[in-house]
Amino acid sequence: MLRVLLLTLSVVAIAHAELCKPDAQNAFKVRLSIKTALGDNAYAWDANEEYLFKAMMAFAMRRYSSKSMTQISNILLCNVTDRVSFWFVVTDSSENVTTVPGSEVEAAIRMNRNRINSAFLLSDKTLQFLKITPTLSPPVEPSTPVWLIVFGVVLCLILAGIVFLVVAGIRQRKKKNKESTERENLEEKCEVTITVENGIPCEALDLKAGHINGVFAADNERFTSL
Amino acid sequence: GFLIPYFIMLIAEGMPLLYLELAVGQRMRQGSIGAWKIISPYLCGVGVASVVVSFFLSMYYNVINAWAFWYLFHSFQDPLPWATCPLNSNRTGYDEECEKTSSTQYFWYRQTLNISPSLEASGSVQWEQALCLTLAWLVVYLCILRGTASTGKLEQLSNPKAWISAATQIFFSLGLGFGSLIAFASYNESSNNCERHAVIVSLINSTTSIFASIVTFSIYGFKATFNYESCLNKVILLLMNTFDLEEGSLTADNLSEMKDYLMATHPQEYAQLSPQLKNCSLEAELDTAVQGTGLAFIVYSEAIKNMEVPQLYSVLYFVMLLMLGIGSMLGNTAAILTPLTDSRAIATRFPKEVISGAVCFINCVIGLIFTMEAGNYWFDIFNDYAATLSLLLIVLVETIAVCYIYGIRRFEKDLYTMIGRKPNWYWKLMWAFASPLLIISLFIFYLTDYILTGTLQYQAWDATQGQLVTKDYPGHALAVIGLLVAASTMCIPLGALVTFIRKRLKRESVSTTA
Repeated sequence: MLRVLLLTLSVVAIAHAELCKPDAQNAFKVRLSIKTALGDNAYAWDANEEYLFKAMMAFAMRRYSSKSMTQISNILLCNVTDRVSFWFVVTDSSENVTTVPGSEVEAAIRMNRNRINSAFLLSDKTLQFLKITPTLSPPVEPSTPVWLIVFGVVLCLILAGIVFLVVAGIRQRKKKNKESTERENLEEKCEVTITVENGIPCEALDLKAGHINGVFAADNERFTSL
Repeated sequence: GFLIPYFIMLIAEGMPLLYLELAVGQRMRQGSIGAWKIISPYLCGVGVASVVVSFFLSMYYNVINAWAFWYLFHSFQDPLPWATCPLNSNRTGYDEECEKTSSTQYFWYRQTLNISPSLEASGSVQWEQALCLTLAWLVVYLCILRGTASTGKLEQLSNPKAWISAATQIFFSLGLGFGSLIAFASYNESSNNCERHAVIVSLINSTTSIFASIVTFSIYGFKATFNYESCLNKVILLLMNTFDLEEGSLTADNLSEMKDYLMATHPQEYAQLSPQLKNCSLEAELDTAVQGTGLAFIVYSEAIKNMEVPQLYSVLYFVMLLMLGIGSMLGNTAAILTPLTDSRAIATRFPKEVISGAVCFINCVIGLIFTMEAGNYWFDIFNDYAATLSLLLIVLVETIAVCYIYGIRRFEKDLYTMIGRKPNWYWKLMWAFASPLLIISLFIFYLTDYILTGTLQYQAWDATQGQLVTKDYPGHALAVIGLLVAASTMCIPLGALVTFIRKRLKRESVSTTA
């Protein structure tokens, strides 16, 4: 009786060993970086943590497919290293001899990645399933790139400035041209050349309307008359 | 160690030559071509050489402003686009090139420049950069539209070029030899105290340069340390993952011992891994620091992205960079425009707006070369070779001309009439002996340096490795370099030759008629 029990146990152990080994079929390698993630609050990786991992895997498989009856004993861990990395397989619930296909396990993990990460207080980067690449969320991109909008605003301002200055320059030049042609026309009308005092034709100056400087006006009385 | 030659050069060359150029412009009241023609008709080549150098400079310099505009427009986003790497095509990780190098370098080399692996692979014009370049030229045109008299006296002629050597930095930052100083000074009143202005400007310029270099070097140090530490962390992570070692067992201190231990215990796996293991060295990181204008954008944007409100600092920094850049551009364009507007032949036929517009348009079209994928390599060529040798030669000829050909006594008298005071013995000594000697020795040094290093090389960006590699210049690039240097330096002897021939012909025609 005892011998039969020992035999079955050893068979089961060997079977387990064959199912779970590095690079086995449908086996996944897991790597945890607890100290990187948590620093001083890091917990040690011991048998209890392994039990939690098995429980999370069973939970993930059950959640993925409602038909699944995965038990904690179906999750096999092996080759645990100091790095904290190990391999695991998920065996079929009915017979403990075959493993669940890798694609199903992968799908289950992808679906529940968030829950698994938070159970261990880790993230996608610090709890790595080596064959399962995480899908990163793309950044939010507006329909028109922001820089084009700012560019457009600045461009319009500069162009407005240029147009304003050019038009002002043209207007100024036209005014100057008009003034010089006016003076030429005036000179042509009177055949006599006009004397110009400070740019104003002398005829335009109303000499009588000017003011008499009192200092000089009194000169007539100071000097003796001839 | 750099500050000592910098100060010596400032006192021996910078201030005296700045004073000289300002005084010449103020006295002659003309741009560079006219001013030198008055001093001696054989020297009209000097003015032309100055204008040619200014022309080359304005061709490539505005590209820096275009880049500053690009970064400025991209600063209005959260997070800043150079803070994180973009994702790769199937969203499983970050872009490959960005992983190998940092996100700021990726943004500069890939998203701003879209640089090609070598000079020969020209690629196409990048329309985003072309737009920014057009905008930069429009801004310059706006300021230069009414002529330089309306832009007022621009005292600050500094520019954001990284240090090359003490004398060239002084030359470049003070704007000696470009003719822009002469051009600006020609608008000064005759009685302007240019001696005091020369001293003040060079001192202010030096203090701001030194302050900027202190800030720049501390940021270089930060960047080098950061890169070194992340390189170490990558190596540690790789080793830990491959050999399943406990976390925290590999640190920066015991890394080399652990590497030897692992090499001894697991030789096969270690050998497989060794191509990926980089030898991280802080010295190598610091050596990559001094590289050129691109590095100013990479280094500062890296520092800014780690600050509290990065958008604000980014906008402020790039606005400041733009103001400096546009200020320098105005100086250069003034140096080109003033001789053009001074000459009767052109000024009477076309109004000022059309001349400035034509100059800006031509420069903009030529500048599109620098917006191509290989544009940054051409930019480096212009940056290194268009100005350095020619400037030294021009300034040397200027000093010798004013001191020995015009006569230092005549110059003294002119200064006395302008500012009411004769220059003291210090200035005269500098102009007559010290500065020319220093410039000649610098000239010889540069030439021997070029000859000794053999073929010229440039730094090309390798996308597969994510770092710069050294390559040789191809034949046509060497020809362009030779042309750049020759075009400006040959003007001086050619000008003298042309004047000589013209005088000869006039004398002959006079003697035949008499």
